[in-house]
Amino acid sequence: MLSRTADHMYWMSRYIERAESLARLVDAHYRMSLLPHDDAALAQSLRATMTALQMEDAYWERHDTIEPRAVFEFVSLDREFSGSIFSCLRAARENARAVRGSLTSELWETLNSTWLDARTLVAHSAPHADIGQFVEWVKERSHLTRGVAVGTMLRDEAFHFTRIGTFLERADSTARILTAHQTDLKPGADAGAVPDPFAWSVLLRALSAFEVYRRVYRNVITPVKVAQLLILRDDMPRSLLRCCKEVYSNLRSVTNEHSAETERRAGEMHAMLHFTRMEDILSSGLPEFLEQFLGKLRDLSDRIAIDFLVPPAEA
Amino acid sequence: MYLSDGTTRPHYLNYDHWLKEQPAERLSQKRAEADALFHRVGITFAVYGQEEGAERLIPFDIVPRVLPLEDWIRIEGALKQRVRALNSFLHDIYHDQQILKAGVIPPEQVLCNSQYRPEMQGVDVPSDIYAHIAGIDIVRDDTGEFLVLEDNLRVPSGVSYMLENRKMMMRLFPELFSAHRVAPVDHYADVLLDNLRSVAPTGVADPTVVLLTPGAHNSAYFEHAFLAQQMGIELVEGQDLFVRDEAVFMRTTQGPQRVDVIYRRIDDDFLDPLVFRPDSMLGVPGLLTAYRAGRITIANAIGTGVADDKSIYPYVPAMIHFYLGQAPIIGNVHTWMLRKKEDLDYVLAHLPELVVKEVHGAGGYGMLIGPASTKAQIEAFRHQIIATPERYIAQPTLALSTSPTFASQGLEPRHIDLRPFVVSGRDVTIVPGGLTRVALQEGSLVVNSSQGGGTKDTWVLEA
Repeated sequence: MLSRTADHMYWMSRYIERAESLARLVDAHYRMSLLPHDDAALAQSLRATMTALQMEDAYWERHDTIEPRAVFEFVSLDREFSGSIFSCLRAARENARAVRGSLTSELWETLNSTWLDARTLVAHSAPHADIGQFVEWVKERSHLTRGVAVGTMLRDEAFHFTRIGTFLERADSTARILTAHQTDLKPGADAGAVPDPFAWSVLLRALSAFEVYRRVYRNVITPVKVAQLLILRDDMPRSLLRCCKEVYSNLRSVTNEHSAETERRAGEMHAMLHFTRMEDILSSGLPEFLEQFLGKLRDLSDRIAIDFLVPPAEA
Repeated sequence: MYLSDGTTRPHYLNYDHWLKEQPAERLSQKRAEADALFHRVGITFAVYGQEEGAERLIPFDIVPRVLPLEDWIRIEGALKQRVRALNSFLHDIYHDQQILKAGVIPPEQVLCNSQYRPEMQGVDVPSDIYAHIAGIDIVRDDTGEFLVLEDNLRVPSGVSYMLENRKMMMRLFPELFSAHRVAPVDHYADVLLDNLRSVAPTGVADPTVVLLTPGAHNSAYFEHAFLAQQMGIELVEGQDLFVRDEAVFMRTTQGPQRVDVIYRRIDDDFLDPLVFRPDSMLGVPGLLTAYRAGRITIANAIGTGVADDKSIYPYVPAMIHFYLGQAPIIGNVHTWMLRKKEDLDYVLAHLPELVVKEVHGAGGYGMLIGPASTKAQIEAFRHQIIATPERYIAQPTLALSTSPTFASQGLEPRHIDLRPFVVSGRDVTIVPGGLTRVALQEGSLVVNSSQGGGTKDTWVLEA
């Protein structure tokens, strides 16, 4: 397939996944803000999240203090901010439009109507937008888009590139969310007790892991087990291991004559996660681990762009 | 649909009967449904001069335009004849120029035309076909006579609306299609692909065909993406292609892949920055070299514009005589060529009743519609004509046929034309139907979508 087409497919699915990840984060914090809560803890969590997502500078250009409502609107609806959910939906649709002939009609119509609805929603409800409803809707549209892609696309290169985009983005997002909560995951914190139930539930809910945690561990929430679940569980759909496994297997389906090294590095990331123990990660330092992981992920996506897509310099 | 005495034309009887049974609310609900569907599917066109990303719907009218079979047979025969003659003309002027030597057309009319491409002189193209896809605009005057208004031989567009309008009608009013035998059009993409494959360079067994688009910001981008998808071919931009050793390749995830036929939807001027406009970012450097070497087919061929120029149009009936030895089945609209003194004098004396068009104009721009213009507009145009008469032609203001169309006050008559699409390659084929354009403003004669025109589904009724 055309490199440019693959590039648009890849970014289309990355942007939809990014919109969903952001919607999950907003949703988790928004729910907490509705319950009796500690204002400082909520503000701290929002701030840490924005830092991990590299959104803080753009936020400070617009506001002087961390106000939950302002943060929610900034992340969800800001038209000028290229990292907002609204902008991600626009970017996903722009990428889809550039290759609409290569998408199934169902997939194109889903992405197009998502964008049209988002635009109407933001235009009509801006000052009093129901944030909870909006992020809920974004999650649904993302589920729908992914479902339509899986349910209608031929299992060819185009499909594999959309999958690579989805899982690279998801790995990136999970790693950043963990980074935002790394202080709660300090080795010393694992005394079996719950250090900060507030932070934990935000983290778990943002990754659809709250119910999963209960089901898997049938026990009180402890940092080591949370980290285990989100980093090393093969059956957890948003864990780093699961995402790397998907990236690797989809990459193997599209190999070309230049891509051996890229494939090897993806395999290495997968194997490293597969054979590592949680204790080793924690003892050598979770922040360092996450930083390294994000670096490798960046390297991998650069290499994929060079081997298959439109290299950054040309794009 | 109706005759002047108020009775219904025979081929509309069935439809008229159905229409009278429909409650007004149902029809307006169906119109809203059509709009919502077109938006969701993204059947839009970009509007030049508006903010980036501005996309508008082409208004779709839910009342179909119906053609009885005998009319269609006549149109089909006429268009095949006309396109054959036009292709013969293009081959001739880029080779022996017999028609010029025979004095049928003044040589300077062709050779000094900005659309004539000297680069094409002596270049052989597969099957001698230049205009693989032609959109011929046909109108009907107040005597019921069909006339050809314009030949579009460069990058004619609109076929996607023909196909989508049909899909929409079938979705909105399935019952109409069981009550009528409407000739299908949805095999157009198969016809097109088959013909494009048939004109691949000789020796290519399984040709790779691509569609070259200027990109997502072009006004006809929807159609480019649509056709590529329907044919199952790659939709490429200039940056996706490159030329090496006089062959054309596309950049794919598996490395370079050879391309044999380019169905291009960009103008000659932008095709190859090494030869034509050097500032073009849309083209492929070196494409013309590969083309002249016969390593790639470009459809439509480079240089077809000279045959759809309005200054050449008056000679098409003569071409039909010259190349085919036949009388034209459907004639031209009478045209005054203002570079001729006597024509100029006549036109200047009758400006308020004529339509004056720029020879190289397209899209309904740069024209004067006498009866619809103010005195000041006419006088301003008169000065332009006198300054450069050779840039203009004039035609009588036709009492174009009308078709009932939904307007704010219910059904009202609006002027229409018809653009069937003629595909040449293996053979000359026309799917039964075309794009019916309708002028939505009351009394307006301009049907171009860029000027507020809409479209209708076009039905050819099988016996």
